[in-house]
Amino acid sequence: MKKTMIIARHEFSQVVRRKGFYILTLGLPFIAFLGLFINDIVQDLDKEPDTPDHQNIGYVDDMGVFTGYTQQANLTFIPYPDQDLAQQDLMAGEINEYFVIPESYLQTGLVDRYTTERELEVPLKTWYQIRDFLLNNLLASEVNDDLLNRAKNPVQLNSWHLDETGAVSEPPDELQAILVPYFFGLLFIMSIFMTSGYLMHSVTEEKENRIMEILLSSVSVNQLLRGKIIGLGIAGLIQIVIWLVTIRVFLEVGSVDISVLEDIQFPPSMLLFGVIYFLLGYGLFSVLYAGLGAMSTSPRESQQMVGIFVMPAVVPLVLMSVIGENPEGGIAQALSFIPITAPTTVMMRLANINIPPWELALSITLLASSIALGLWLVARMFRAYLLMYGKRPTLREIVRTLR
Amino acid sequence: METMALAILAVTAVFVLFRYRQRKQSEEFPPDLKSAPESTGLKSSAPLRISTLPTGTTTVAVSHVHKSFNGTHAVNDVSFEVRSGEILGIVGPNGAGKTTAIRMLMDIIGADSGQITILGASAGQDTRDTIGYLPEERGLYRKIAVAESLRYMAQLKGLLPEEAGKVRDQWLDRLGMSPHKGKKIEQLSKGMSQIIQLAATVIHDPELIILDEPFSGLDPVNREMLKTIILELKECGRTIILSTHQMNEVEALCDRVLMINKGSVVLHGELHEIRSRFRNNSVFLEYNGSIDNLPGVAEVKDHGSYVELFLNQDTSANQILSRLVERGVTIDRFEVSTPSLNEIFIKVAREES
Repeated sequence: MKKTMIIARHEFSQVVRRKGFYILTLGLPFIAFLGLFINDIVQDLDKEPDTPDHQNIGYVDDMGVFTGYTQQANLTFIPYPDQDLAQQDLMAGEINEYFVIPESYLQTGLVDRYTTERELEVPLKTWYQIRDFLLNNLLASEVNDDLLNRAKNPVQLNSWHLDETGAVSEPPDELQAILVPYFFGLLFIMSIFMTSGYLMHSVTEEKENRIMEILLSSVSVNQLLRGKIIGLGIAGLIQIVIWLVTIRVFLEVGSVDISVLEDIQFPPSMLLFGVIYFLLGYGLFSVLYAGLGAMSTSPRESQQMVGIFVMPAVVPLVLMSVIGENPEGGIAQALSFIPITAPTTVMMRLANINIPPWELALSITLLASSIALGLWLVARMFRAYLLMYGKRPTLREIVRTLR
Repeated sequence: METMALAILAVTAVFVLFRYRQRKQSEEFPPDLKSAPESTGLKSSAPLRISTLPTGTTTVAVSHVHKSFNGTHAVNDVSFEVRSGEILGIVGPNGAGKTTAIRMLMDIIGADSGQITILGASAGQDTRDTIGYLPEERGLYRKIAVAESLRYMAQLKGLLPEEAGKVRDQWLDRLGMSPHKGKKIEQLSKGMSQIIQLAATVIHDPELIILDEPFSGLDPVNREMLKTIILELKECGRTIILSTHQMNEVEALCDRVLMINKGSVVLHGELHEIRSRFRNNSVFLEYNGSIDNLPGVAEVKDHGSYVELFLNQDTSANQILSRLVERGVTIDRFEVSTPSLNEIFIKVAREES
């Protein structure tokens, strides 16, 4: 244990004396908040076209019934007798766009819209404006204003969640459901990757610089691996704690006005399980990365191979909407039991729900078991490949070693 | 809120303090690039921390050890012993199995079968702190200062931090490397970093020292310094195993020789005994006079400035010398031919193949 701690202290000191560590640890929160500020500013700028100058939308009414209600806020609907004239005015810039209501409109509901703007889909605002124009003309003479307004907006759906006791709990809002899990998943996986990356870098550097054999003449493979995992894990944990504390501070400091973050709540269980899953997740990835480091001939080569583990690990982030909208669903559950996806998935789920204890227990057990198995396998790989210089083992050799 | 702000400040303060401590440590050994001499040299007056051990007991016992990789025998039924205060030279061509055998001694790789006992402990028991190992593939942390690197290595060998620092300074002084202790390894020449590696190998005063190709990359001055240190360690009762393919160094240093070829031991014994075993009973002679029909000489081979006399089985060099004196031949050089280890090795390797 004494030698393990000597290695841990050495590894910790090596990482925290790097300038990159400081830049990342202290700089990332600022960069993230800067990004959010910019996002706010961009959104504000984006809102400006909401109150543009007066707009003119032309229309050709082949049915001959859409004659009234041509004025809306900052908008005038201008009738045209035929499409040629409407197009002429559109090209001349007299109108912003025009649409054609065919004779068969009542049967089909089809309306053809013509615009010079490049757009992926019809802007929602335009859709509402045209809808209101059509509804007003069709129904105004038939029904009263209340009915007309209700027809325009028939439902405001409130969905309530009942827990096991039948008690009503707060409906999760969209922000809480999607953004918080995504944010935490991202932060989590970033920390784990970076901390494990330190370990891989350390192993490959020692291998490349031919220090490994000298070290192994002083300590066992397990002492070496444990020391590295502890030392670099502490560095990573400090990093994530600084990030989380910085977020709290920014949220609580009144002068920071970031609309996106205002409503975020951190469930208390997240902190406890955050630490547990960070340690377990880091344990698993550091073991996997150490194995990669043992096989690689240089830090660059090991970086290229990292993708093997990064791809499956980011699956929960790719399935963000599925996990966020249905955190108790089968996919979310399954990903919580697969060791490589469990840390991120569980953190994403915990942001919204209380995961049943049996699920957490099973997930943690599977994760811890995979670390133990990984340690055993990596110790074998260390013995086989750490002293192999300038040559990468073939897949066949790796399989033979692991058997 | 204040608590959070304080937490950030506290963590930042810890980092700053840590950085300050690191900087202060490196300032203790400022890299004085202008004044530091580039060459190294042994300072015999400097005190050295080598305790004296009793000699003659068995330090290493290897019995019928096998190791194969993917069906190829890297080490095949190797057995040998090394006694304390003795230098054993393991020689053999590249790929003979020397490094594999050494790695098994260090328990870095396990033997497939056979028994290895080091200082009375069998494989599996931790004897690492009593062994100093200089591997063939060796290096040090390039970005770390010499002093810090050595202290870390010493601590890994079980020395307390204060003790490690003290012994490190003694060794650096002894090796003439004190002016370089604040420098990073990457700032040193290859020869200098080899010397630092040697210091890292012996810093914890090990009982057994294993040196794999220790002379590679050293200039003649440092080579001589290394030889002196090896002999000094031997004098203090240290057991030394020296693996090399430089036969002249083995001849100069070793008491016993273990010759390995293709994983198997082809020759093992005391150096002088092996050399006399392979002696071909000839003498080199530079002379003035006539040596025609000299009794006891089977063949005369002319090498230009001197001749080589091959003697009959029942004739000794002493007898020939007497006969030459009796004949009145003026002798400028008379040397009993002894085969070099290199010649013995080539001969044995040819016979084996």
